[in-house]
Amino acid sequence: MDAIVASGLTKRYGRGPLAVDGLDFRLPEGATVGLLGGNGAGKTTTLAMLLGLLVPTSGRITVLGHDMADDRFAALQRMNFSSPYVALPQRLTVAENLRVYGHLYCVPRLERRIAALTEELELGALLDRPVGELSAGQKTRAALAKALINRPDVLLLDEPTASLDPDTADWVRGWLEHYRAESGAAILLASHNMDEVERLCSDVLMLKEGRIVDRGSPEALIVRYGREDMEQVFLDIARGRKPARLLA
Amino acid sequence: MTCSARRIWGLLYRHIALYRRSWPRLIELVYWPVLQMCIWGFTAQFISSRAGSPLVMAAGLLLAGVLLWEVALRSQMGVAVSFLEELWSRNLGHVFVSPLRPTEMVGGLIIVSMLRMLAGVLPAIGLAYLLYAFNLFTLGPVLVLFFANLMVMGWWVALGVVSLILRHGAGAETFAWAVLFGLTPLSAVFYPVTVLPAAIRPLALALPSTHVFEGMRAIVVHGVLIWSELGWAAGLNIVWMAAAILLFAHQFHAARVRGALLSIGE
Repeated sequence: MDAIVASGLTKRYGRGPLAVDGLDFRLPEGATVGLLGGNGAGKTTTLAMLLGLLVPTSGRITVLGHDMADDRFAALQRMNFSSPYVALPQRLTVAENLRVYGHLYCVPRLERRIAALTEELELGALLDRPVGELSAGQKTRAALAKALINRPDVLLLDEPTASLDPDTADWVRGWLEHYRAESGAAILLASHNMDEVERLCSDVLMLKEGRIVDRGSPEALIVRYGREDMEQVFLDIARGRKPARLLA
Repeated sequence: MTCSARRIWGLLYRHIALYRRSWPRLIELVYWPVLQMCIWGFTAQFISSRAGSPLVMAAGLLLAGVLLWEVALRSQMGVAVSFLEELWSRNLGHVFVSPLRPTEMVGGLIIVSMLRMLAGVLPAIGLAYLLYAFNLFTLGPVLVLFFANLMVMGWWVALGVVSLILRHGAGAETFAWAVLFGLTPLSAVFYPVTVLPAAIRPLALALPSTHVFEGMRAIVVHGVLIWSELGWAAGLNIVWMAAAILLFAHQFHAARVRGALLSIGE
């Protein structure tokens, strides 16, 4: 079954150009799919529409069988989201933030869930510290705990390892792999880090000017473009180069 | 507890936790009502010491006006500033992608506003009694209805302010402090509505607060409770609240169309 189905998804802000232009894609349960593209390609707009923050100009989204146009709260109950660009309240401690979001998501046996996340994400020393006093890596762990507080079946992540040191970033990636394997959740990942994409994603959607210009597994894309890694594939697509196989 | 109640509690808990570890915010809650009470209280004391009984009564009206108007002011700011707290902490994105319904958010903000109002106004009422021997509770049980009407007025004005913020971003936040102050002259807080020029009297009478203060003066001066004034206040509050809810729902949807919930800021 598909966790997310987007069909003909289009967004135009005011009278501007199309920010997202007729996207069709599916995110299968248990899969991690990468949403890649340069700045302004439409990744954030797409994520916002999937989360119900933004109303599409046209097209349809269903998440876990719920139509986001008229039943989004049922879907949001089973989703969650993390982005370094959306903060948690800085004056609240990590534990207080987790309690707030635990209540907003109506998490049963909340204190037990917080204790489990504390152990899994090694948050013990951070629980009673205000989020504003944490380092970037610690904030990322706190944000990840918030994103997992309701054991989401669909997890949307916007650059989850941006500004993290390699060690912390590797730890986050490992944890996401663990969570997907353990829970069977579907993960949609917007990222500019191609190593991360190669490691985590079973499929990739390449966006450019609001359209999906290519898609496939990282391995298949690398072969198709005749490149050694996703970094080079990304540059080919961003600069409008055709796949090597098509040129041949 | 139902999930809806838990979501509202979650929002409430967020603000309680914030105030618990922020003494400047706690002081700000009490500061303005107490300051207003001191300024107008000493003014009233000065007036009543220089004249006979008619001005003693005027001093009482002044103090009752100050205290009751603070109820509306603090209720309005309670909702608007609590919404702004989410905006200032760049947390709105997380709140709006949670299952919290807009109605639950408004419900949570209203409860926060009630707590903020009580935290600010009750010390001012106590101070009025201790410093000036003015007991607001002598107005009788009807005081609850005056409070209720002024609180509801504060809420619908705040919903209008939040709608403006959703439409124009944080640039509109100044309205959170300014709007109700701007309505003070029209609300006939310190003088009868007949003092106002005839041309703007209809505007004043369209505000629930005007009827509350007319009702308050009738009790203090004549010892008479005019139920029709309370009826007008309640009826107007229902109409204005319905209009404010429609405006908020429209602006919330428009913000989702424009993408303002993603980028709301300056």
